[in-house]
Amino acid sequence: MISYVLPEFLVMRDENRCIQCQVCVRQCANDVHYLDEKDGKVKADDAKCVNCQRCVTFCPTHALTIIPNPQEFKANANWTKKAITEVQKQAESGAVILTSMGNPQEYPIYWDKIVLNASQVTNPSIDPLREPMELKTYLGRKPDKLEFDEKGRLITKLTPQLVLNVPIMFSAMSFGSISLNACESLARAATELGIYYNTGEGGLHSSLYRYGKNTIAQVASGRFGVHANYLNAGAALEIKIGQGAKPGIGGHLPGEKVGAEVSATRMIPEGSDAISPAPHHDIYSIEDLRQLIYALKEATNYTKPVSVKIAAVHNVAAIASGIARAGADIIAIDGFRGGTGAAPLRIRDNVGIPIEMAIAAVDTRLKEEGIRHQVSVVAAGSIRNSADIIKAIALGADAVYIATSALIAIGCHMCQKCNTGKCNWGIATQDPQLVKRLNPNIGARRLVNLVTAWEHEIKEMLGGMGINSIESLRGNREMLRGVGLTQKELDILGIKAAGE
Amino acid sequence: MKRVYALEEYCVGCRLCEINCIVAHSQSKDIIWAFKVEEPRPLPGILVEEARPISFGLQCRHCDDAVCIKSCITGAMHRDERDTVVCDTDKCVGCWTCIMACPYGAIKANENDGKVVSKCDLCPDLSQPACVSHCPNEALIYVDRG
Repeated sequence: MISYVLPEFLVMRDENRCIQCQVCVRQCANDVHYLDEKDGKVKADDAKCVNCQRCVTFCPTHALTIIPNPQEFKANANWTKKAITEVQKQAESGAVILTSMGNPQEYPIYWDKIVLNASQVTNPSIDPLREPMELKTYLGRKPDKLEFDEKGRLITKLTPQLVLNVPIMFSAMSFGSISLNACESLARAATELGIYYNTGEGGLHSSLYRYGKNTIAQVASGRFGVHANYLNAGAALEIKIGQGAKPGIGGHLPGEKVGAEVSATRMIPEGSDAISPAPHHDIYSIEDLRQLIYALKEATNYTKPVSVKIAAVHNVAAIASGIARAGADIIAIDGFRGGTGAAPLRIRDNVGIPIEMAIAAVDTRLKEEGIRHQVSVVAAGSIRNSADIIKAIALGADAVYIATSALIAIGCHMCQKCNTGKCNWGIATQDPQLVKRLNPNIGARRLVNLVTAWEHEIKEMLGGMGINSIESLRGNREMLRGVGLTQKELDILGIKAAGE
Repeated sequence: MKRVYALEEYCVGCRLCEINCIVAHSQSKDIIWAFKVEEPRPLPGILVEEARPISFGLQCRHCDDAVCIKSCITGAMHRDERDTVVCDTDKCVGCWTCIMACPYGAIKANENDGKVVSKCDLCPDLSQPACVSHCPNEALIYVDRG
């Protein structure tokens, strides 16, 4: 059967610059580039190209450019190239279309419709290079009130807290979905930065236990790699209920990616598919969730905060209220643009709600119910830069999780082919030839650079607003104004329109 | 002395070390001129040994007790003032005894003129060898391990 699907990209090679060195040939895991021995020239099979730009980056003479295939169908606003191509693919495969990374569709990006305040005349702005600026963030349940004895000593028993030097953490990405070198890059960067990274649902590789102080160990529906040492290895635990990229469905790590190391870490046979059920089969209610939260607290002797991660969905505020009342110390909310190592395309592109709306709705609801202090809120799902972080915190988040931007920092070029296991950047792969492409020394350095740069920018923006502590920004929606939003959107976000 | 060491676990087998070695030893020092115009093109002094997924860049170790120097019949192979083992091309007669003697296989015949060997000279004109500064994954390091 001939394929009707057009090549997505064309490989443009500047023959005046190409020196036939074959670096592109050796770097492409998709076998796009090849040496034609008949004329000694390097050529390309465009149809295999995924535009990961490994060859473009490595070409020593900058001879390569990857462009979208300009071939168009007859203009049709309804039957777009994308719509037609997807029908063609499914007519050929008979299968669900799999994809990866976050929802790329043209939904509104509310971050870009929110602007920040700055001090002018009536209150002074602060220069963070000259004056102290506090970004330290504590995540966990805060007491209803503080009590002191007659000598002024605190007698209220405080619950365990995560202490972050900057309100940023690396979001859950499992060993299996990403390589061990990627995990190690995240772990080492988190340790150096004084923040946390999340193991994801794949357990913790034995070589990473030494980064435990900066680790959040996740427990998901498949319970992969969960055992007593694992639960006690990290600084906190996280129950994964859902993920922004694929709310309502489970996970599937194909058997090809379950090699010896992944097998040992996940505690499943080598080569077997790792299937996470859509629900936790022991959680069908808030009461059931409470049982698991307290089972985990019991298992760790009440020394670690327990987070519950959910995807942002329609009734997120009510669900978050239930999670807080179930005893969670932290609620992580993953918006619909959150990434994934593999998800059905229809789910990724159509399910869930924007994180901006979800954070505002949850913060508002928890405040209305007087339980906001009982739980910290972490925003996830496409935090692209430091301004997004400032806006998330002003909307009511305590901290943010970043994952896609962290992966971009270590080489991801957003080709959305994680599910193929052929990541040319050594991130979303278990192929030893590809994994070694990510040197954790470089990966950790790039991550530290990114977060350090964002830290500087956050301080600058806070200073501009006349605020010297991130605590004073949290839920401070007066610092935000909406541009080009409807009244209903402004109401949900709890912000005024620009000019008000 | 400072030597180039390969970190096998990070070598991606791209061979940019070989390419940049050639450029560094070309007349123009320009990659496109070196590959498209200049004749003869220099041979790389580093060679990527590869049996995927294992690979690493191998070049002259500049041994303290260099058997290539001992085996050279004309005195062409010698240690210069920087302690680098180099070949004086004027003295070399192309007997290739050094090639057979080198335990690392790091010396190669220069097929351009049939006699002179090609080997790493640690890029005397650069702050660090070109292979090290151009390795995209920091799989080559230039350090003194004693």
